[in-house]
Amino acid sequence: MTVRSRLPVMYAVFAVVVLGAMSVGLQMFRDARYPLTTSQEETLYLTQRATGRMVFTHRSLVSDLYWIRAIQYFGEHTQRAQRLAATFLPPPPALSADPPVAFDLLYPLLDITTTLDPRFNIAYRFGAIFLSEGYPHGPGRPDQAVALLQKGLTTSPDKWQYWQDIGFVYYWNEHDYSKAAAAFARGADIAGAPWWLRSLAASTLAKGGDRAASRLLWQQLGETANNEYARNAARLKLQQFDAIEIIERLQKAIDAFQARRGAPVRSWNDLIAGRVIPGVPLDPAGVPYELPSPSRVAISPRSPLFPLPLEPAARTGA
Amino acid sequence: MRTLGWIAINGFRESVRDKVLYSLVAFAILLMGTSYVLGQLTAGQDLKIMKDLGLSSIAIFGLFMAVFIGIGLVSKEVERRSIYGLLAKPVRRHEILLGKFAGLALTLTVNIAVMTLALYAVLAYVGWGENQFARQAREVPALDPALLKAVALILVQLMMVTAIALFFSTFSTPILSAGLTFGVYIAGYFSQDLRNFDQVVNSRAAQVLARGLYYVLPNLSPFDVTSQVVHGLPVTARYMAVTIAYGVVYIAMLLIAGATIFSRRDFK
Repeated sequence: MTVRSRLPVMYAVFAVVVLGAMSVGLQMFRDARYPLTTSQEETLYLTQRATGRMVFTHRSLVSDLYWIRAIQYFGEHTQRAQRLAATFLPPPPALSADPPVAFDLLYPLLDITTTLDPRFNIAYRFGAIFLSEGYPHGPGRPDQAVALLQKGLTTSPDKWQYWQDIGFVYYWNEHDYSKAAAAFARGADIAGAPWWLRSLAASTLAKGGDRAASRLLWQQLGETANNEYARNAARLKLQQFDAIEIIERLQKAIDAFQARRGAPVRSWNDLIAGRVIPGVPLDPAGVPYELPSPSRVAISPRSPLFPLPLEPAARTGA
Repeated sequence: MRTLGWIAINGFRESVRDKVLYSLVAFAILLMGTSYVLGQLTAGQDLKIMKDLGLSSIAIFGLFMAVFIGIGLVSKEVERRSIYGLLAKPVRRHEILLGKFAGLALTLTVNIAVMTLALYAVLAYVGWGENQFARQAREVPALDPALLKAVALILVQLMMVTAIALFFSTFSTPILSAGLTFGVYIAGYFSQDLRNFDQVVNSRAAQVLARGLYYVLPNLSPFDVTSQVVHGLPVTARYMAVTIAYGVVYIAMLLIAGATIFSRRDFK
């Protein structure tokens, strides 16, 4: 190939490179100058029935898309709700009936997902967790969480895990230990259910709200989870229980030390000097505990375990 | 039979030379690859999404191949006037039609095999990166051989669509054939509604008509076992056999009807 014959090819390559660079530049300019307007997506979704009709095939794939949409919706709304909760003071009780961020579409999205793919196990189980989380971490709709799981049971009555989750929602969100125990017992009756589900039912009924029972619940959930997310959530919760127990022990030691010396404890050095503790105490995540006010031990806001959960018994005042 | 084989091989060669086919296969494989990224957004459901997207890609791109190549099998020969040369040879008309169908069926089989290999390659990559614990926790393994059952039924379904397209192309224009084929394809997924028409309509005549249409139109829903396969539910050998047998019978019916029309068609 001569230089002369190569020329058109070189011109073409040059033109492609220049035009490519121009198109990138134009894209960047347009994105900066004219950001894409997002329409009110809430109004664009179809009803469950209409979606079922329109998606006459590839229902499983469309259910995946709805599941991704549900996760994104939940993530966006919880972030916004948490931001608002952290920025503004809580409204007066008379105005707090409607939370500032509504999760109105979460249930319909999960409903459509599970209608299109009735065996979408994770959509039921994670969906129930999303729905039952209290505001601002979720919509705080344990009733919808239970409804979703019961829908799953109509398709897969052999899924003892759904009964376990229903019990879990009653336990943590409704603090209704008799209903939780009944749900665990229903799950235990299903062939293939693990032996511990029956003992969980018994211990929930006898010691509902008790930390040992709560710990057992999370332990079993972590051991039976078939995905990393649920296992991590269970691991975190168990570490938080450990952190609460350490705080209780430290608080007892601080109270006793304060009574002995007659002055409040202002830093860990007081306790170390008094040989109450060998060094600065660390939480299970390895972050030092703090004394936000004299003689009051608390977990550090920098700790991945912060904030610690309110236990059911503490929340109900039992 | 020998003549039929030659026509099939030639049909296959002709299809393989079509660059659109490569684009479709390449796009399907690209889509499967991107499912890896999509899977990361789904809270531990990456494999399910990859399998769903992979099987749907095979079905959707296979459908385009079946329809657009299927309708062109006869019409191209007529447009290029090569049909006259073909008919002048000692070849019977039904052999041409059957040979063309066999050629496209072979093309579809090869393309679907390539797409299936690509899907397994993506799944193997994901499965390879998993730790032992995550692997054990999966309800269904990454490289589940049951996926082949779904692929087999998709292939038979696409052969049915090819037969439908070929049937319409024996007496209609390419555009009309494509429209009719897509129409029958969509109707094939709603045939269950036709069966239950008596629950929503009181008219006896409408009920009989709906029931008649239910049996005449192809019932394509049973060929979609993606959900069962992806969730690790059993798809029995008997179910496979019955569904494939239905597909084969329907194809035979359409080919005979098409061959009859084609044999009587005047190409002047």
